[in-house]
Amino acid sequence: MHVILKNYQNGRHSQPIVKTRTEHIAWRIGGPQGSGIDRIATLFARACALSGQQVSCRREYHSNIIGRHSYCDVSASPGPITCHSESPDMLVTFESESLCRHLNALTTPGYVICSADDGEVDLASLSYLDARLQHDIIEQLTTLGLPATSSGLLEMARQHGVHTFAIPYKALLSRLADELGVARQRVAAAINIMAVAISSSMLGISRGSLERALEKVFPGQQDVLEMNRRALAIACQYAQDSFEPLELQLPEPRGDTAGLLLNASQSVALGKLAAGLGFQSYYPISPASDESVFLEAHNRVPLTNGEESGPLLLQVEDELAAVTMACGAALTGTRSATATSGPGFSLMTEGLGWAGMNEVPLVITLYQRGGPSTGMATRTEQGDLQSAIHGGHGEFPRMVLASGDVEECFYDAAQAFDYAERYQLPVIHLLDKALTSTLQTVPTFEMSRLQIDRGELYRPGHEPASAVPRFALTDSGISPRPLLGQAGGQHWLTGVEHSEYGQVSEDPVMREQMMEKRARKLLQAAQEIPTDEKLRLYGDIDAAFTIISWGSNKGALLDALKRLAHEGISARAVQLRLLWPFPGEELEAILATAGPLVMVECNYSGQMNALVKAQMGRGCDHLVVKYNGRPISGEALYQVLQQIHEGKAEARMVLRNPYE
Amino acid sequence: MATEQSHSAFTAKDFQSQQINDWCAGCGDHGILRGLERALAALGRSPDEVAVFGGIGCSGKTPYYLNSYGVHTLHGRLLPFATGAKLANPDLTVIAVGGDGDGLSIGAGHFVNVGRRNLDLTYILFNNGVYGLTKGQASPTLRQGEQTRSMPQSNIQGHINPIMLALSAGFTWVGRGYAYDVKSLSQLIQQAIEHPGIAYLDVLQPCPVYNDLHDKAWYGERIYSLRAEGHDPVISDSSDEQGSQEKRVQCLLKAQEWDEQIPVGVFLQDLTQPLFLEQITRRQPSYARMPPARIAVADAAGRPLSDLSQLFTELEVS
Repeated sequence: MHVILKNYQNGRHSQPIVKTRTEHIAWRIGGPQGSGIDRIATLFARACALSGQQVSCRREYHSNIIGRHSYCDVSASPGPITCHSESPDMLVTFESESLCRHLNALTTPGYVICSADDGEVDLASLSYLDARLQHDIIEQLTTLGLPATSSGLLEMARQHGVHTFAIPYKALLSRLADELGVARQRVAAAINIMAVAISSSMLGISRGSLERALEKVFPGQQDVLEMNRRALAIACQYAQDSFEPLELQLPEPRGDTAGLLLNASQSVALGKLAAGLGFQSYYPISPASDESVFLEAHNRVPLTNGEESGPLLLQVEDELAAVTMACGAALTGTRSATATSGPGFSLMTEGLGWAGMNEVPLVITLYQRGGPSTGMATRTEQGDLQSAIHGGHGEFPRMVLASGDVEECFYDAAQAFDYAERYQLPVIHLLDKALTSTLQTVPTFEMSRLQIDRGELYRPGHEPASAVPRFALTDSGISPRPLLGQAGGQHWLTGVEHSEYGQVSEDPVMREQMMEKRARKLLQAAQEIPTDEKLRLYGDIDAAFTIISWGSNKGALLDALKRLAHEGISARAVQLRLLWPFPGEELEAILATAGPLVMVECNYSGQMNALVKAQMGRGCDHLVVKYNGRPISGEALYQVLQQIHEGKAEARMVLRNPYE
Repeated sequence: MATEQSHSAFTAKDFQSQQINDWCAGCGDHGILRGLERALAALGRSPDEVAVFGGIGCSGKTPYYLNSYGVHTLHGRLLPFATGAKLANPDLTVIAVGGDGDGLSIGAGHFVNVGRRNLDLTYILFNNGVYGLTKGQASPTLRQGEQTRSMPQSNIQGHINPIMLALSAGFTWVGRGYAYDVKSLSQLIQQAIEHPGIAYLDVLQPCPVYNDLHDKAWYGERIYSLRAEGHDPVISDSSDEQGSQEKRVQCLLKAQEWDEQIPVGVFLQDLTQPLFLEQITRRQPSYARMPPARIAVADAAGRPLSDLSQLFTELEVS
């Protein structure tokens, strides 16, 4: 779609600029960690949502508590908005480091809302700025004959068609302090709200929406709320008096946005609660802990029968304990889970093997982050696919599911328990940092879509209590499951190879029978699970141009498909959801008519491509990867897909962006 | 006091399983197994109310030989497995049994952290100074300079004192038994199980094959009973700070006796510490009525019972 934007500079009308774009706005706020960037972005996102927009908010931050740079992108659109934008239309910031990092990423024309109060900052003095970026920026400025300072930067931006608005925050805060009759330090925090208010005003977001968002994001004491309301009023008034509305406006809504605004870790937590989670043990790790902390804060769950229940959340000594404790709880019939990230999952593999050997229904939510080793704790990557599928010694059945967006996370998190109990095996719900920190508007979850399956449980019969065949050899491989503490359900469990009764056995025939029994469960799963749960097709399903991806890339994939469709390029996308057992049969029909075949992944080596190659005997024609720790965006993917379509792309394409 | 009670519906024999026992003849493990059977029978527990978790090594096989729920776990991880089961189903009597390498080396992190949760769980450590099943390497309780039968060189690493470690980790019942004195041992096991909080029982368990330094004769000359000596291990008055401190100091002093004489019995029982399950119930009242294993997940038609409407409202756009 072509959107015509009119160019204004400091409220003065100039020539219109035509720009190709989809119907959305992209807003970015940057600043030091600990300064409230995250909440302020939530405020803006919520105000957009309350104005009838769908929003997708991406969060980037360092592994640091206070001081290092973080930023949030809010994309808003009246239609579906599935991913962030690498090139924001508007940047809101109070400091020079953000200008260095983001000015070059802005669209043309772009808008910068900065502070008029900061004196000249020497860019060489910015100690947290990466040396590479610092050097590049200073070089750019020198080439243009501009000083290596904050004002030099802003001048460079203006020369590139960016409009800068310097806001006298100090004066506005003084006015606020005077109105409230308090000292100025007491209202210092209101600067964030003022920045949102000013940028929102300029984008045509109503004050009513902002006020409602404020109450939701900053609930609490009346005096704080009152301060925030007044800050909002002063800032909105200032913006109205000082600037004409920008030609860049929040698109017209197509009705109210109903539904929820939440991120993937909350969505997973809700899915677990919906499924009746009883126990979750965890060890703190970025970015997985958010989910467990949310669950711990919401551990009192009303039941439809009027009673109350809720999961027991326990922070334990390490991931070895987290996984084995959840196993111990699962043995009693409790729906049990743990949540972790790469380094924790490495430690969990011994417990995972035990769960596989003992056929324990256990859910592990794995939030991938940049690896290897400690890697990039707060950045995203899809580097743990092979580890999730193959991690651990020996061979045992497991299932691996990957959700594509915040909405899928809810249903998949609930579904994971059904798979775990039906097939009596560990289920790994594979997510990543990009998803967990993405805040999105989604349709309210429908509990009625959930149909809970607890699998086959052992019913005590006439046999003596001490003779329950926990690992009974059956056609499906699934043995009726007795529970620890079940009257008459006494049985033995062991990580050693065993007989049907859980007795140690090194008999070669029994060994074969047990290996085969365990393996049969996966065949059963592959047969029973509906195609829609295994993979989903988007776009023109008859197109030959086929793009395969998985996990959080779904958002970028849908966005890129939309852009391709606008260009009249017909393409289809395959989102692989059940990664193990691998949906080979379902994929086969698609691959038969695919060309060119493109794989898109957030890792270096193309782990999914290797898997497809191993399973299907055919790899992709083009591998598109990104491994700088930041998620793939629709616009970047679109560009590379267009090149592929035109036959101008190489077999391996790496997505890069030095300004993320 | 702990003696076998005639009114119990179960005998020690009811706790014996039919699985073939492959421990060596003369191994201290047999005594511990007998002690467990007797203690469980004396307590009147039904085999399907008891879950025994084993680690890896000879001691880890104990669950196979007991007629109860038996779970043979991973090396060093028996305590978190056992903790998970107990937290999910607090009606279970949960006993964890493992070796000294299991609990003090590969699983030392769990040993320490299980002490931080005053959960009604009994941990029995089979302490023989060696890794038997891997042919006699030094365990963390073997003293520096000692060299048992199959070690190529003498031990150059120091030892861990498990009684002192248990005390500092927060175990609220700390005792030591001797595998060849089954009668006293079964009484100690019974007391450990009856203790409402986290109990650590160290059992001196000779390994006749690999530990030729600490055999029956060596222990026989040194072992004495704390009870017979009049040692009072109980802390029951939380307001008596000085008294409590004296009990802990006394425990530490007793824990260090080894070369000349070795005390067995109850070193410390602290009844003043809050129980873990009560702490959970305080912050989550439904736990008492509906612990995790009893949570009703769905109705007969598979419809989820959780009502998340309140949470959905909290996260709503408008």
